[in-house]
Amino acid sequence: MGSYILTRLLSAIPVLLGLSVIVFLIMAMIPGDPATAILGSYATPENVAKLNRDLGLDKPLVQRYFIWLGNMLQGDFGRSFSLNRPVLDEVAERFGATLVLAGTAFVICSALGVAAGVVSAARQYGAADKAITFAVLLGISIPSFFLGMMMILIFAVNLRLFPVSGMWPIYGARDAAALLRHLTLPALALSVVATGVIARLARSAMLEVLRQDFVRTARAKGVHERGVIWRHALRAAMVSIIPVLGIQAGFVLSGAVYIEIVFQWPGVGRMLVDAILKRDILLVQGGVVLVAACYVMFNIAVDVAQSLLDPRIRT
Amino acid sequence: MTLLDLTRRTLMASAAALALGLGAAPVAAQTPANVLIVGQIAEPKALDPAAVTAVNDFRILMNVFDGLVRYKDGTLEVEPALATEWTISEDGTVYTFTLREGVRFHDGAPFDAAAVKFNFDRMLDETHPYHDTGPFPLAFFFSAVESVEAVDDRTVQFTLNAPYAPFLSNLAYPTGLLVSPLSVETHGADVGRNPAGTGPFRFVEWRSNEAVVVEANADYWDGAPALEAVVFRPITDANTRTAEMLAGGIDLMVEVPPVALSEFAGDGFTVHEQAGPHVWFLILNAKEGPFADKRVRQAANYAINKEALVNDVLEGTAEVAAGPTPPAFAWAYNEALEPYPYDPDKARALLAEAGAEGAELTFYVTEGGSGMLDPVAMGTAIQADLTAVGLNVRIETYEWNTFLGEVNPGLEGKADMAEMAWMTNDPDTLPFLALRTEAWPDKGGFNSGYYSNPEVDRLLEAARVATDQDERARLYKEMQAIVQEDAPWVFVANWKQNAVTNDRVGNFALQPSFFLLLDEVVKN
Repeated sequence: MGSYILTRLLSAIPVLLGLSVIVFLIMAMIPGDPATAILGSYATPENVAKLNRDLGLDKPLVQRYFIWLGNMLQGDFGRSFSLNRPVLDEVAERFGATLVLAGTAFVICSALGVAAGVVSAARQYGAADKAITFAVLLGISIPSFFLGMMMILIFAVNLRLFPVSGMWPIYGARDAAALLRHLTLPALALSVVATGVIARLARSAMLEVLRQDFVRTARAKGVHERGVIWRHALRAAMVSIIPVLGIQAGFVLSGAVYIEIVFQWPGVGRMLVDAILKRDILLVQGGVVLVAACYVMFNIAVDVAQSLLDPRIRT
Repeated sequence: MTLLDLTRRTLMASAAALALGLGAAPVAAQTPANVLIVGQIAEPKALDPAAVTAVNDFRILMNVFDGLVRYKDGTLEVEPALATEWTISEDGTVYTFTLREGVRFHDGAPFDAAAVKFNFDRMLDETHPYHDTGPFPLAFFFSAVESVEAVDDRTVQFTLNAPYAPFLSNLAYPTGLLVSPLSVETHGADVGRNPAGTGPFRFVEWRSNEAVVVEANADYWDGAPALEAVVFRPITDANTRTAEMLAGGIDLMVEVPPVALSEFAGDGFTVHEQAGPHVWFLILNAKEGPFADKRVRQAANYAINKEALVNDVLEGTAEVAAGPTPPAFAWAYNEALEPYPYDPDKARALLAEAGAEGAELTFYVTEGGSGMLDPVAMGTAIQADLTAVGLNVRIETYEWNTFLGEVNPGLEGKADMAEMAWMTNDPDTLPFLALRTEAWPDKGGFNSGYYSNPEVDRLLEAARVATDQDERARLYKEMQAIVQEDAPWVFVANWKQNAVTNDRVGNFALQPSFFLLLDEVVKN
């Protein structure tokens, strides 16, 4: 098991190196340089050249890449010039906020999605199945940012049950209750599509398993239907559900970008969008590399979890 | 028990838990009295006036810092602030300021001539020990400054390398706001997160992506503000900002999108409007193609229905522009100019005269950008108007920074026209940087359409070195008349900035400078 994890970790290195090259080249090729973005109307060639020199952007491309990579390997991700603070501080802070949001949404969509899928499968073609299938289709079809705006209008502006935006109250205690109040709408809006996708896949995975011999055997042995479904069948179905959860975790993480903008959640997605628009090169590069590293780690964790359930995968 | 029973029970349990959670959540708390919550359009970059360029940052800075001079309330005319008076030498190159007595920075450091010298040396002198706390992108506002000398404690002298009339006005701009030297020495490059000025509010804290909090400076030299504190919240999404305003999460919202204005029409809200030194125009390529002919440029000015643009596309948030200088510069604005009327027949006649019927035009449109209002919708409406008089306009749309990268180096060989907008603090800036022959892109200016008229060049050079305001006004007015006739641009709109306050806020007024001044504001 240990060597399996080690192999997977080593394989992440070329992925991240390749990614660093790609994100660096994209930021180098994207039209419009940071000096122009900062100077706006005042971006004369002379002013741009001077500011680029001050920002250290006048060196050759290859040299700039290796300086960046070298600094990064020593843990120095540089300074964001649009926010005037170290990239690492900013990303760490914002990534924490994203993890809270995406993590909550992921828990909601996994629990609801799997539960809905199992119920659907157990009651195939029954009323519950039809109702769930309809709800799932609806959920998959609504864009999350639109749903988010509608939720703000109904629950925050009209009913005033929840705050419109932000992660913490401007005034008052920063406790779990305050966080929960701010988290409810964005986490729900973010989880809807993934819930639908997971529910559909969980349903078909369960249907597949329920047709198999060992289920019939379990039933024949007199195991209670609840035990058959939740203990025997679901465990077997989880082998094909877990990779879907892993993929959906990625979707939830990237979908958080829209939700963060709509709800002004101070997360890493909103940070990256702002950074790209301001051509904040180091913040974009550092942010993407750090987020990608986390995503790669998460995928490795998913693979490991799956190999625990199904030892054949390890070979 | 069947499966369904279990699900039903689980469902009911979770519904109950959810309801409990809702019940426990109090309705969004009312914001406290005397604390003004401002909905800003973005997270500030830094609270260091020398280091920032965005109006969004200026809105905070103007309440924390003072400059030597400032704009008189409701105008763009300069009046004393931290300097009580000044003299200008006969040749216009030496400015001597007398400084206000007994003022201290928020961190306790005294405000004196040495502090003024420190601020300008830090920005302009590359050998200054704190020059590395930059970069200072707008330092060129003061590029005419050769030296700054502290004559004595209360007297500071600026020597310019040539007469430069906009100097005082630039001192009133946020780049001229004065920072406590002690705060720079203590915090180095992080001074932008630990600002100390002399202004009506002192900095308290900056919670990244949540809020910047400032509190009243009881010792303010111009009288302590009425508010206890101001909280600036960055809310980048305009729809969310509108929702926060409607829900009572903020008391004051700037830059209300035109389509959202109707939401605030009822009781409980006040919409504020103020024309500012902004002009939205189309750069026409006067070097090559159809617009090299003045008649075609004039035809474009006649063909575009500017009334419809400002009333229908911009929902009345702008006024039709007559020439290159916005009316907000009241003293320098030529009142005699009438905007080009909407006259498609005249446009067709001019096009026929110039033999330009059916000409193919490439039109650069941006997706957004500072001061660009609603550029895609405006571009489309303009295209339709030009098509109606027989021109074939092809639109190319770019993201703002890409757009600047295409337009600023000049339109030659690429396009015939491009959208553009400027907000400036002095009537000198825009025409000097964008209409002179010496300001063609290859010479480092913004004259991307290659307009050239020796008479305009002469007037602008003369206005820049004249220190008498009446003389400057006469020169600018003459320049505007010539430029309007030559039509190097299509003059489209002057934006009225807007803001909304709720009924708890009083004594608020927008300034023509586009700055947000809160020292007089009250909140119940």
